[in-house]
Amino acid sequence: MSEITRDAPRLSSLSSRLQLSEAGRRRLEGALIPLIALLAGLLVFGAFIALNGKSPEEFYWLVYRGGFGTWFSLQNTMTRAAPLLLTALCVALPAQLGLVVIGGEGAFVLGGLAAAVVGPLFGFAPGPVAILMMALAGICAGGLWIGLVGAMRHYRGINETISSLLMAYIAIALMHHFVEGPLKDPASLNKPSTVPLEPAMRIGEIPGMDVHWGFAVGILACLAAGFVLSRTTFGFAARIAGGNARAAAVQGLPVGRLILAFTGLAGAAAGLAGMIQVAAVQGSANASLAAGYGYTGILIAFLARQNPVAIIPMALLIGGIDAAGGFIQRRMELPDATVLVLQGILFVAILVSETMSGRLLPSRNAKS
Amino acid sequence: MNTDLGLWAVPIAVLGGMLRVSTPFLFVSLGECVTEKSGRINLGLEGTLVFGAMAGYGGSYLTGSPWAGVLLAGLAGTLFGLLHAGLCSLPKVNDIAVGIALMILGTGLAFFFGKPLIQPAAPMLPGLSLGGWSDVPQLRSALEVSPLLLVGVAIAVCLLFVFRRTRVGLILRMVGDSADAARAMGYPIIPVRVAATAFGGFMAGIAGAYLSLYYPGSWNEHISSGQGLIAVALVIFARWNPLACLGAALIFGGAGALGPALQSVGVTSGYYLFYAAPYVLTLLILFLTSSPRRALEGAPRELSITK
Repeated sequence: MSEITRDAPRLSSLSSRLQLSEAGRRRLEGALIPLIALLAGLLVFGAFIALNGKSPEEFYWLVYRGGFGTWFSLQNTMTRAAPLLLTALCVALPAQLGLVVIGGEGAFVLGGLAAAVVGPLFGFAPGPVAILMMALAGICAGGLWIGLVGAMRHYRGINETISSLLMAYIAIALMHHFVEGPLKDPASLNKPSTVPLEPAMRIGEIPGMDVHWGFAVGILACLAAGFVLSRTTFGFAARIAGGNARAAAVQGLPVGRLILAFTGLAGAAAGLAGMIQVAAVQGSANASLAAGYGYTGILIAFLARQNPVAIIPMALLIGGIDAAGGFIQRRMELPDATVLVLQGILFVAILVSETMSGRLLPSRNAKS
Repeated sequence: MNTDLGLWAVPIAVLGGMLRVSTPFLFVSLGECVTEKSGRINLGLEGTLVFGAMAGYGGSYLTGSPWAGVLLAGLAGTLFGLLHAGLCSLPKVNDIAVGIALMILGTGLAFFFGKPLIQPAAPMLPGLSLGGWSDVPQLRSALEVSPLLLVGVAIAVCLLFVFRRTRVGLILRMVGDSADAARAMGYPIIPVRVAATAFGGFMAGIAGAYLSLYYPGSWNEHISSGQGLIAVALVIFARWNPLACLGAALIFGGAGALGPALQSVGVTSGYYLFYAAPYVLTLLILFLTSSPRRALEGAPRELSITK
């Protein structure tokens, strides 16, 4: 990380030469810091690969080819990014209030399970109606699950990081219980699953692409969240409360209701992601739902520095690395955990880079 | 061979399971207890635990001595603790978030280096038989415990003494309760926190070695089921008291052993619900002991998670 600090003085002279306004300075710094952190993380990981006797150039070339370089791989990346856009929102929304919710996996799994249960109940209705009901079921299941985390935080003072994680383990156990017990389709022998959804209830692909509609839903959700946070009083209130809860309460802001609303919406996003995974990819609920989409969402939200719109490029980046993972593993004979190591290093780099904020481009009237 | 015990088989199996399952919880929670007393929280212990499991197994396989494996796991854990502590000592770096990142990194590195270790068999840690006085074979096997459990109990008692009666304990508590007071007294804040976090990492590394070298006693990618994270929650409901950590770890181990115990007498339905029992129990205890109005009793006041 030492190369970052050495760059700092040069960049600060840059900002004074550019005669930036205070807001412009902050915006430039907000964009520069994560970029530098990403580059530093990629360098450190490259060194790690080189130490293991493999070529970092080849690794990154294969990430490009396997994740972004061709139309085929780009579509694969978008498909993988689809659930991550929504599970990252599950972290970024409560983060506006200063809450660290890391149990999105639980809402994701239960959202998928709820959708797989509700879908067949609407077998008589036209496909789109059934899909809508499934989406509602996923949203409600996830929203209630993480909303409960928010309620425990507000009414009992239970730390949301710990409780959301415990709830995720409980949710995964519940999903296994129902999928392998009461809700098991007797026809699913090798892999216990719920009854498969009718083709009419499946979410199709965006015309002209090999990517399901869930990707578009995820992008819209991120843009909508960004709009609400930056352009509405509701979002403004949340940011005030996140900055200083006591001051917000003194100003008469309903901090408790904000916590419930944001955790509920966060869970709804993850639950919807689970529903989309069932309706667009898996066709039924089974153990594959607990594949870590919720946990990867944490990484993406932090990479995006909890900015909903920045989640879009970060989800594509991580989705692309994921998509290229199998390809790289075969070509370079690296363990499949290599991608996990890269994710861990990027995560650490982005967190450490926070230490530069306010110092990379120091403001002229404040010394920090 | 086994005597027919009827329903008594269940409590005996729970007892045996409790003694086996609780040890990693005990080690991680004691280490985290020290870290949290200094005012930091390390959620990355889950990753440290998994890495420790891999390092312990690898060390035992390569040297032929399981105790060398335990030591190696402890050293690897110390390195992760130092990494967490070092990063969190930078201004504006959040300890909870760094913990989550190190959870991913530790797990990733463990799987990366541990891939060639899945096949070979490493020498296991020996057990101690405490049940020689009994004629019941089930009870004898239930009381077959790891020496590490006894070490853990001894560490818990020592820590209580250190916290309450020694200068080191007082400095640690002061740094965790009020950094300003400690600074005014001339004690260094960051070195104390670094040492406390390194100790937490060391203990989590040992806990990992216990998993891979004693119970369940193998190395694979599903070796941990969140013990490292649950232990962090355990410390909170043990109110930062090492002896209460021991009790909490035993209760937790017992809850985790209930499912397999019932399965052994033929109750098979709801296996996954029993699997969730420890998590539900933790949540319930957190719920019952928390209050929205006051900070938790006994909580180090510098700790971000209780503010």
